[in-house]
Amino acid sequence: MNRAAAEAVLIRAGALLASMALFGAFVALAGADPFDVFYQMYRGSFGTSFSVQNTLLRAAPLMLTALCTAIPARLGLMVIGGEGAMVIGGLASITCGLACGAMPPWFVTVAMAVAGIAAGGAWVGFSGALRAYRGVNETISTLLFNYIAIALLSYFVEGPMRDPTSLNKPSTRAIPAEDMLQSIPGLEVHWGLVFGLVACVIAHVLMMRSVFGFGAAIAGGNLRAGMLCGLPVRRMMIIAAVLGGGAAGLAGMAEVAAVHGRANASLVTGYGYTGILVSFMAQHEPLAIIPVALLFGGIGASNGLLQRVDHLPDATVAVLQGILFVVILASETLYGRFAIFRPREERVVRSAVRGPTPEAI
Amino acid sequence: MMSAIDPVADVTGIGVWGVPLAVASGAVRIGTPFLFVSLGECLTEKSGRVNLGLEGTLVMGAMSAYAISYYSGSAWLGVLVAGLVGSVLGALHGWLCSLPRVNDVAIGIALISLGTGLAFFLGKPFIQPSATKLPAIDLGFWSSSPEVRSALQINALFVVGLLLAPAIAFLLARTRWGLVLRTVGESSDAARSMGYRVNTVRAIATTCGGFLAGVAGSFLSLFYPGSWNERLSSGQGLMAVALVIFAQWNPVRCLWAALLFGASSALGPALQSVGVSSGYQLFNAVPYVLTLGIMIATSSASRRLPGQPAELTVAR
Repeated sequence: MNRAAAEAVLIRAGALLASMALFGAFVALAGADPFDVFYQMYRGSFGTSFSVQNTLLRAAPLMLTALCTAIPARLGLMVIGGEGAMVIGGLASITCGLACGAMPPWFVTVAMAVAGIAAGGAWVGFSGALRAYRGVNETISTLLFNYIAIALLSYFVEGPMRDPTSLNKPSTRAIPAEDMLQSIPGLEVHWGLVFGLVACVIAHVLMMRSVFGFGAAIAGGNLRAGMLCGLPVRRMMIIAAVLGGGAAGLAGMAEVAAVHGRANASLVTGYGYTGILVSFMAQHEPLAIIPVALLFGGIGASNGLLQRVDHLPDATVAVLQGILFVVILASETLYGRFAIFRPREERVVRSAVRGPTPEAI
Repeated sequence: MMSAIDPVADVTGIGVWGVPLAVASGAVRIGTPFLFVSLGECLTEKSGRVNLGLEGTLVMGAMSAYAISYYSGSAWLGVLVAGLVGSVLGALHGWLCSLPRVNDVAIGIALISLGTGLAFFLGKPFIQPSATKLPAIDLGFWSSSPEVRSALQINALFVVGLLLAPAIAFLLARTRWGLVLRTVGESSDAARSMGYRVNTVRAIATTCGGFLAGVAGSFLSLFYPGSWNERLSSGQGLMAVALVIFAQWNPVRCLWAALLFGASSALGPALQSVGVSSGYQLFNAVPYVLTLGIMIATSSASRRLPGQPAELTVAR
């Protein structure tokens, strides 16, 4: 293992431990036994086969929404539109699924996935195009598009697409049970998990091992340098935004096709916002997203046991997530502070000249 | 976090005329928290940093105001404590973002998670009991119609906000503090060369912004909708970011923008109450489409938005 990777892992692990200590102190103040809380969290997230499957179910959409931030981030774009792309992807896929009618189930699934990816990709891609050609900041525009997407969802679900039999919770009509996204054979986990894993691997190959990814890293590091190299920076921005949005749109499709079977307000899950932080914690590296998403999926899955056994409110895991997010993001500042992780050559040179650290200049 | 806002005032008794009345009263009632949170965000952004975490601050403020008002019987004490709690969260954001390599957008989203999580955790015991509410100024005394009277109940905090907007504009434009704040927001190098500590100024601006966001939260729980529950905020804290851009970083324009955002949120329920059953959901999106339209119309690849602080990374 090289020193940079060791630094990343150790700083993350230290931040994780610090968060757990803070959280332990918090639940102790609330009157619970912190060690029992940690034990129940382990049981509820990875302790039994049921809880592992629950964890996997929650991790799957997080992987996809995290990619919505991670892929454009390689180009220096700060996209926070995963929530909106997921909603639009779900809406497009249910529209397509209902239109498919009596087609064979595999065809319906493929069509719904394509519709979700295309709609999510177009949704975020539009923000990318606005950035590339009009200089409209993509962070703000994707935030605005989240709200516009939610308004569109409630319009279609409560208006033109409403199933008249859905009284308390307005929903669209449901796709037939045989058209639903099935479980992976031998597991109680639907294929959305495979979508997430495959998407992370593809994104890794694309961003870390391809010419496109190399160009994106150049342009992301220094936009002007990228343009001087003759890279089609604008087109690359749009492509990255489309790919990210497509991943989040696929998460919306899985939510519709595997969980609800229909579109309603349950599509607004908050996975889009959690995905942003998952991406940051993985330092926008597609493969690192997988373990981080599993960690946060596990925290979400442990919620039920904490409520039942430790009699803690359901917001307990939200507190832990908040503490983790803040501490891990703040721990970014520790990179480069520890001399032991610097490359050997740099340490030799620096001890020779005794110059200031790059951070101090 | 983003559920629809409840119907504004029950004006069904007076027919179609209820719609403009409900929209006007909704503009004030729903607009007041928008006003405070956007003034806070405006102050923060003028210093060159964005705080996306005001949503968490708002919810935390709403919870603490309700709890304090319940225990002490004084709603105004609740407002003050909400502001102080908001300042603590603002100071946390300000301090964390002063550390090198820490991203202000990501910290903001993390603080949304932390603030709402803490508020829901600590606020569980206060969902049932009823706390002392903020008093209203009765502007509808001349009318015999109970619908009109209830629609014209104006909260004292709105009046405070009405005065605060020009006061902040004055502070920014005409005082030494405002000049320092704007210098830090326009060019941190210039501010540093003049001997000002950029990170300290930004942390103070973020702390003050947090105070105002906390007060906005106290309005939600102590006046309208006037209770504490986990569906209280409909995303006002995040919308403030859009609103400040819409207002082009001008506090007085924040006032008009907040009223507009409030009115458009009230329009849907008002139309619903007179029998329009479809399409009103789209009115909720009007402020965002307008903000987006402004950004598209005024941005270009080579130019900043008018009024935008140059150091603001998020809008670059």
